[in-house]
Amino acid sequence: MAQPDSLSPLNVSPIFGRFTLDALPLHEPIVVTTFAVVALGGAALIAALTYFKLWGYLWKEWFTTVDHKKIGIMYMILGIIMLLRGFADAIMMRLQQAMAFGGSEGYLNAHHYDQIFTAHGVIMIFFVAMPIVTGLMNYVVPLQIGARDVSFPFLNNFSFWMTAAGAAIVMMSLFVGEFSQTGWLAMPPLSGISYSPGVGVDYYIWALQIAGVGTLLSGVNLIATIVKMRAPGMRMMKMPIFCWTALCTNILIVAAFPVLTAVLALLSLDRYVGTAFFTNTLGGNPMMYVNLIWIWGHPEVYILILPMFGVFSEVVSTFSGKRLFGYTSMVYATLVITILAYLVWLHHFFTMGSGASVNSFFGITTMIISIPTGAKIFNWLFTMYRGRVRFELPMMWAIAFMITFTLGGMTGVLLAVPPADFVLHNSLFLVAHFHNVIIGGVLFGAFAAINYWWPKAFGFKLDTKWGKRSFWLWVVGFYFAFMPLYVLGLMGVTRRLRTFDDPSLQIWFLIAGFGAFLVALGIAAMLMQFFVSVRDRKQLVDTTGDPWNGRTLEWATSSPPPDYNFAFTPVVHDSDAWWDMKARGYKRPEHGFAAIHMPSNTAAGIILAGLSVAFGVGMIWYLWWLAGLSFLGIIAVSIAHTFNYKRDFYIPKEEVVAQEEGRTRLLSEAVA
Amino acid sequence: MNELPVDFDRDTFQLPEEPHHPEGSSTMLGFWLYLMSDCLIFAMLFATYGVLGTSYAGGPGPKELFELPLVALNTAMLLFSSITYGFAMLAMTDGKKGATQGWLAITGLFGLAFLGIEMYEFAHLIMEGAGPQRSAFLSSFFILVGTHGLHVTFGIIWLVTLMVQVQQKGLIAANQRRLMCLSLFWHFLDVIWIGVFTFVYLMGMLR
Repeated sequence: MAQPDSLSPLNVSPIFGRFTLDALPLHEPIVVTTFAVVALGGAALIAALTYFKLWGYLWKEWFTTVDHKKIGIMYMILGIIMLLRGFADAIMMRLQQAMAFGGSEGYLNAHHYDQIFTAHGVIMIFFVAMPIVTGLMNYVVPLQIGARDVSFPFLNNFSFWMTAAGAAIVMMSLFVGEFSQTGWLAMPPLSGISYSPGVGVDYYIWALQIAGVGTLLSGVNLIATIVKMRAPGMRMMKMPIFCWTALCTNILIVAAFPVLTAVLALLSLDRYVGTAFFTNTLGGNPMMYVNLIWIWGHPEVYILILPMFGVFSEVVSTFSGKRLFGYTSMVYATLVITILAYLVWLHHFFTMGSGASVNSFFGITTMIISIPTGAKIFNWLFTMYRGRVRFELPMMWAIAFMITFTLGGMTGVLLAVPPADFVLHNSLFLVAHFHNVIIGGVLFGAFAAINYWWPKAFGFKLDTKWGKRSFWLWVVGFYFAFMPLYVLGLMGVTRRLRTFDDPSLQIWFLIAGFGAFLVALGIAAMLMQFFVSVRDRKQLVDTTGDPWNGRTLEWATSSPPPDYNFAFTPVVHDSDAWWDMKARGYKRPEHGFAAIHMPSNTAAGIILAGLSVAFGVGMIWYLWWLAGLSFLGIIAVSIAHTFNYKRDFYIPKEEVVAQEEGRTRLLSEAVA
Repeated sequence: MNELPVDFDRDTFQLPEEPHHPEGSSTMLGFWLYLMSDCLIFAMLFATYGVLGTSYAGGPGPKELFELPLVALNTAMLLFSSITYGFAMLAMTDGKKGATQGWLAITGLFGLAFLGIEMYEFAHLIMEGAGPQRSAFLSSFFILVGTHGLHVTFGIIWLVTLMVQVQQKGLIAANQRRLMCLSLFWHFLDVIWIGVFTFVYLMGMLR
C-alpha cells in the first residue's frame, strides 16, 4: 500500500510536523474497533482508580518507589500486559495464514499484516521477555544475596520507567500513524528513508532507543549490586545459581546493548540527516547493519535464556529436595555460554556469502554452545535423580522446558550447519526453531518463576487447578502451533508470507492455528489462575515465608518481605544458605531490632521517562519544537535531580519491631 | 563486605548490628561499567569507520580534507584539559576548594576551545561540500568525531553543574565522588581522542 502524501517528509508543518488527521487509521476497521475497546477499558480503569481514590496510593507506593521488589513487580505486570498485545498479533497472523489460500486474500491487507509481524517480534522480545527477565532479576537477586536493595535504587526506578516509555511508544503506533513494516530487526535498505518513508520505522527506532537506556542502566545496576552488595560470607562460588545467571546476563546487557544503541543511531542518521551508512548509494553498506545488529542480537537471546537457566536450577533443586548437582560446572557452563554468545553472530546470515572458512568458524562456535547447555540439562536431570521430586507447578514447567528446549536446541544445531542453513534460511523451520527455544525456554521459565516466587511476593500461593489447566493448554498448544512450521519449513515455505498458492500446505497452517487457539486458552487460564488466587488468597495464604521448603535466602524472610528485606543482615556459610540455616537449627531473632537505613522515593524517574516519550513523539512526527523542548526538559530535570543530596532515611526502630512482631505472631500461629 | 569476619562461628547466621555501608560504595564500579558500555559505542563507531573509511564515493578523501596542524592544536587543547583536571583532583584531595574550582574552570575553558576548533573544522568541511551526506567515509567520520564532541559538550555541562554544587556545598564526600566520576569520564574522552587522532587523522594521511 502506498504511503499517504501526508507522511512524505517533504510535507512538514512547523507546528504539527508530519502529523495530519489522515495518520489516524480510521479506514482500518480492525484498528478502530481495537481502539474503541482500549479507550473504553482505559477510561473505565481511570474512572475506577479515581473513584476508589487510588492515584495517591499508586503514586506514592508504586510509581515513585525505589524498592526493588515493587519495581520488579511493575516490570512483570508490564511484561504480562504486553504479552497480551504480542499474542493478539500472533493469533491474527495464524488466522491470516490459515485463511489465505486458493486466491483468498485473508482478512489482513499487506500494509497491516507487515506491521503485525514486525510488532509481534519487537513486542515479544523487547517488551515481554526483557521486562519479565529484568523484573525477575530485580525482585529475586537482592533477596537471594541478603541485601536491602540494589546498588542504585533511583536508577532502578528510572530504568523501569524508560522501559515502560518504550512500550508506550510502540502502543501509540497502533492508533496514531503506523508501525514499522520491516520485520523486527529493521534491515536496511528496506528500513531506509527511501523504502520506508513513513513514521513506522521511526516509532521502532525511538521505542527501542528509549527502552534501551533503561535496559542498559538496569544492567549496570544489577552487576554492581551482585558484586558489591552480597551478604557477609557469600563468596562468588556460594552465590545461588540464579544470581550467577543474572550476573552473566547483566554483563551481556552492558556489553551488547550499546551496540544496538549505536547501530540504531546510525540508521536514524541515515533516515533523518541523509548520511550514507547503510544506503545502496554513496558507498554505504547495508550488510554492515546486519553484522552490527546481530552482534547485539545474538547475545540478546542469551540475555533472555540465561536467567531462566537460573530459575530452573532453583526450581529443580528445591522440588527435588536436593542440592543442585554440579554447582561448579553450572557456573562455568554459564560463563562459557556468556563468552560464546559473542562469537556466533554470523550464523544468522550464512547466506551473506562470507565464504566457506568464515561460515565454518561460526558454524563450529555455534555447535560448541550446545556442550555447556547440554551439561546444564544433565545437571538438572542428575539433580532429579534419586531426589524426592514434588510435581508442583514450577517443577512441571521445568520438566516441560527440559523436553521442549532440548528439541529446540537440536534444531538449532541443525541450523548451525551452513549447507543446511542455506536451504532453511528464512524459512518457517527457523521460525519454529526460535519459537521452540524462546517459548520452551524463556516463557516456560517465566511461568515456572511466577508460580515459584508468587507466594514470596504476595504472601499466598497460586491456584493449582487453573495453573495446571494453563500448563497443559500452553504445552500442548505450543506443540500444535510450531511442529507444523518445522514441516512447512522443510518443504521450503518462507517466513512472513501473507498469502499462499499451494492448497496442500493449508492443513499445516490449520493445525498451527489450532495450536495458537490452545495457547490463547492457556493464557486465559493463566489470567483466571491469577484472578482465582487473588480471590481465594485467604485459603492459599502462606504465613511461613517458606512455602516450598526452599534453599536460598529469599525464603528466610516473610512473604511478602518487609521493605528492608531482612531485619538483620544474614551471614552466609553455604551456597544453599537458608537450607543450611534450617539444617543447623537457626532460630529467628525476636529482639534487638534497630533502625534501618533505606533509600527515599523519588518522582524524577517517571518525570524523565514522560519527557522521553514526548521527545520520542517529537522525533517520530518531526515536531521539532516538541523534541527540542522535551530534550531541554530532560537535561534540566536531570541536573535538578543531582541537587537533591538527601536521598535516604531511616525506618524507625519502632516500625521494624512492629513489623517483626507481626511476623513472630504469624509464625507461632502457623505452628499452633 | 564479603569477607567473613573471623569472629563469626559456623552457627552465626546474622550480623548483630547493621554493617556500616559507606555511602556510594558502588558508585565507582557502576560508573566504570557505564564507561565501558560507552566505550563499546565508540568501538562500534570505530568499526564503522574501519569498514566505510575508504568509501569516498568519488568525493574527497582524508588527504584533501584534513589539516593536521589544526588537529594537533585541537589535540593539545584536550590533553591540556586532562592535565588541568588532574590538578583539580589534586587540589580536591588537599581540600582546597578555591584551587579546585580554579582548575575546573580552566579545564572547562580548554574543553570549550577544543569544541570551538572542532566546530570550525566541521563548518569548514561542510562549506567545502564535504558534509556527512557526501559519502560513507564522511558519514562515518562525522559520526565518530561528532559523537566524541557531543560527549565533551555533556562533560562541560556536567562540569559547570559540579562547580555550582561545589560552590554551594563545598568538597563534601558526595561532591568528591561526583568529581571522581567526571574525572574518569574526562580522561576517558581523552583516550578516545587519542584513538581518533591516530586512527582517523594520522592514518588517514597515510592512505
